[in-house]
Amino acid sequence: MEPVIVKKDEVDLRVAIGTLELKNPVMTASGTFGYGREFESFVDLPRLGAVVVKGISLTPRSGNPPPRIVETACGMLNAIGLENVGVDRFISEKMPYLSALGVPVVVNILGESVEEYSRIAERLADVAGVAAIEVNISCPNVKKGGVAFGADPKMAAAVTAAVKQSCQVPVIVKLSPNVTDVTLMARAVQSAGADGVSLINTLIGMAIDLRSRRPSLANVIGGLSGPAIKPVALRMVYQVAQAVTIPIIGIGGITSAEDAMEFMLAGASAVQVGTANFVNPRASEDVVDGIANYVREQNLDSVRDLIGALLLG
Amino acid sequence: MSQFQKKVELVRTEVLARDVVRLTFDAPDIAAAALPGQFVMIQIVPGQDPLLRRPFSIHQTSSDGSLQILFKVVGRGTKLLAEVKAGEQLSLLGPLGKGFVLGDPDKACLVGGGMGIAPMLFLASRFCRQTQPVQAPTVILGARNRQELEPLLAGFQNLGLEVLAATDDGSLGHHGLVTDVLKGLSLAPGFTVYSCGPRPMMAAINHLCLQEKISCQVSVETVMACGMGACLGCAVPLKAGGYAHACSDGPVFESGDLLWSL
Repeated sequence: MEPVIVKKDEVDLRVAIGTLELKNPVMTASGTFGYGREFESFVDLPRLGAVVVKGISLTPRSGNPPPRIVETACGMLNAIGLENVGVDRFISEKMPYLSALGVPVVVNILGESVEEYSRIAERLADVAGVAAIEVNISCPNVKKGGVAFGADPKMAAAVTAAVKQSCQVPVIVKLSPNVTDVTLMARAVQSAGADGVSLINTLIGMAIDLRSRRPSLANVIGGLSGPAIKPVALRMVYQVAQAVTIPIIGIGGITSAEDAMEFMLAGASAVQVGTANFVNPRASEDVVDGIANYVREQNLDSVRDLIGALLLG
Repeated sequence: MSQFQKKVELVRTEVLARDVVRLTFDAPDIAAAALPGQFVMIQIVPGQDPLLRRPFSIHQTSSDGSLQILFKVVGRGTKLLAEVKAGEQLSLLGPLGKGFVLGDPDKACLVGGGMGIAPMLFLASRFCRQTQPVQAPTVILGARNRQELEPLLAGFQNLGLEVLAATDDGSLGHHGLVTDVLKGLSLAPGFTVYSCGPRPMMAAINHLCLQEKISCQVSVETVMACGMGACLGCAVPLKAGGYAHACSDGPVFESGDLLWSL
């Protein structure tokens, strides 16, 4: 990263994920921020490091039947089923607004086959404003694709390599926590050319309604998110940071700048704010403000001083 | 579209009947922007458990900046909300969603059942503001019994409206369902029914309106996490296939667009 002269009252929050340079480490997590515009009344979108949009598939998907969500202790379960407008409508209807704002857009993509992932990446490769692609190999809520790729290192590597070949923008692979050893997956996608990894996606969970004796979700199982999963996410980010050299984006229960910076100490170069957006639509921008204040108060040269700076022993 | 995320003061808590609570907030920005049928998301506690906001349709707004919600204590969230003390601050998000489309007041019939009465008062007050009481809308309200229904009538009567009441136990008004009362009115084509209440009630009203060729708008209730079209948790099945979202496409829908037989 080129050195710049930072004014006294400004702080250097810049981080990089491969060739993707961000003005600060705060992104929104896919599936919790719509296509960005939904939050325009609450968030000054260009202030974010990047907007990560709802997972996009080759063709539109209508999602799972309701009930799709249920609240759990300090968290929620969801089985949305990757409802989205499909890549063509995403490019024609959603991207113009975002690219006009000038905020980097990371497009989360999901396919049912290696070829489908490639085709989505090809469609997005030259679209103005698309700063990076996040490959979703970890959604627990669909029958085909998603986690099928996320639990098998060979399949994950194959998807990663195929997407890398299909586009020039940095490729981030979003990892599932629902595996025996997340570092195996991280190493596999690094070897296949991933520019970074983001983790964790939701943990598979279940809730039951005793009164009706039925599962709380129509899909029976769903993905757990929110503050409840933060300790698991921190542990996995820490482990992956020991296992790979590519940048890590930390995700899982982040609601504040303090949470975000814990992930950075564990080894994350950037973070994604997810479920917190539902409770506080301004959460992502609040995290930017909070990190800036901390860096200023602690007199750090840069927020990058926090990355992997966990003290041990 | 003006939406606000505001810390507002709870001015008053009234227990209208057993487990039926009305809260009044001082929320001038949201109150001024709100339309009948829209809702607010309320953060019940500042911490993380319960984590999510709860959606409440707007019961009434006033030019002094106050905003009311009406709800029944049904679970942990509503119980905690009923226990918040006057003078405390809560975070409100709103106004959210698409409200009712208002037609001619004298060709409007409002049907509210149980806590579905909540948005009907806001709607009735807008109809009455539009015109002289001569052209007042027809109002049918139902609940389980007199204790639940009676305290909710005053708001409508203060607008000069006559309310046709129905109770499950016959303790006030018609002994039976609001749909019986609606059927008895034999509304002419050109009328619009505006309805909110339990799902079986709205399904029956939808059926009746289809038969009588009367247009019908319903306000639906679903679980939701965000209230602003991001989580996609509030899926409402459509007759044509696929789903709409209660928070951003609704909560008010043309009843004929929805899938009622599940």
